[in-house]
Amino acid sequence: MTDDAHSGDDEDIVLAELPDDELVEQMHDDLYNGLKEEIEEGTNILLGRGWTPSRVLDEALVEGMRIVGVDFRDGILFVPEVLMAANSMKGGMAILRPLLAETGAESIGKIVIGTVKGDIHDIGKNLVGMMLEGAGFEVIDIGINNPVENYLAALEEHKPDILGMSALLTTTMPYMKVVVDTMVEQGLREDYIVLVGGAPLNEEFGEAVGADAYCRDAAVAVETAKALVAERRQHRRAAAG
Amino acid sequence: MDTVTPGIAAAGSGPRALVIACGAIAHELVATLERAGLGNGAGGGPVRVECLPADFHDTPEKIVPAVRAKLDAARESGLEPFVAYGDCGTGGRLDALLRERGVERLPGAHCYAFFAGTERFDALAAEEPGTFWLTDWLARNFERLVVRGLGIDRHPELASVYFGNYARVVHLAQSPDEGGETARDAEAAARTLGLPLERVATGLEPFAASLLPALGARAIRVHAAPSHRPA
Repeated sequence: MTDDAHSGDDEDIVLAELPDDELVEQMHDDLYNGLKEEIEEGTNILLGRGWTPSRVLDEALVEGMRIVGVDFRDGILFVPEVLMAANSMKGGMAILRPLLAETGAESIGKIVIGTVKGDIHDIGKNLVGMMLEGAGFEVIDIGINNPVENYLAALEEHKPDILGMSALLTTTMPYMKVVVDTMVEQGLREDYIVLVGGAPLNEEFGEAVGADAYCRDAAVAVETAKALVAERRQHRRAAAG
Repeated sequence: MDTVTPGIAAAGSGPRALVIACGAIAHELVATLERAGLGNGAGGGPVRVECLPADFHDTPEKIVPAVRAKLDAARESGLEPFVAYGDCGTGGRLDALLRERGVERLPGAHCYAFFAGTERFDALAAEEPGTFWLTDWLARNFERLVVRGLGIDRHPELASVYFGNYARVVHLAQSPDEGGETARDAEAAARTLGLPLERVATGLEPFAASLLPALGARAIRVHAAPSHRPA
């Protein structure tokens, strides 16, 4: 493999020589195969051809990860492959993020997201955060092992639309209710959309802890976040007359 | 793959109670039953053990359907079931099934808790949330289940993605062979993760304390039930 070429089934493909549509298709394949360097190269090539950062993000990266997500859900891809794909997307995002910030594109919503107290697992949270960012959300990631005070401080500081909580362990997921109950006690619950996720959770659990929705994967999290933020803004507009 | 404990089904007047167990605790389970006189042996044992694949550890969504199938089969056989699982990542779904069927399971969220004893495990977990737990079985199967199972052999860079937030490995050791093969496996696992290793000798006593009260009563009760005795 050379710097500007990578191995296909039959011959090396030089990304810079591909027309836009084939390059984007190749980037979907490269994302699927977890080839970070190729994704970074493809991203730079498209930007060099005058593509806007948001178009590269939407058509090459987000669409590629959508395909990965579908095949993961269908049992065709497994966790290691999804993580390699996500790592590749991260490479592209690192190039695009400062450019997107320069364009001043308005975010479609803001989310504070973090793993609950006692839990240090963040793979799912990071994936959700990245996909939300890719979809145009401003994401404030407060990390792992968060007691309720951390969540409340972040809500106060950032005034997001959404609070997202993640847990991988059966033993830590009940802490989500502690956070929601504290928000209720302090009269804050109605100010925010609360989304929860994590491998052992399900819809019933989401309802039981008082969340607005349980999100079973990153794609569902993005769709749910978009829908609930839009609904909330519509209600507010209606309320304001 | 199912495993039927050799000898139990065939011994004495036949099994009366059925333990549906995770294959990852099969060795310790059989040893504990034998010590308590509930397992196989010359006198015959009233408890039959059937194990589900230990690899469900990595795919907990497979546990509930498999336990359900075993419970259905147990109902037909007339054996009184007991489930040797914790919640094991089923997010309460296993408990929902067991409530529906009126069946009990081991206490605690997973095997770490019932091997260490719930109180001791909770204290260790609170001391360092970033603990990677090993049992003897996990130590012996680390390479297959973790390194190959999580794709780290194919993509070494994923190790930091999976384990970047962990601070230590704790080997909850059921066997007493400090310095033996299992202990060396635990050391190798900790080296792979790049984390310090702590060994906590649990033996089998906390496990027996969780298992035997419920199971012993069950086996004795079923033994005494005339309707379940052969004519």
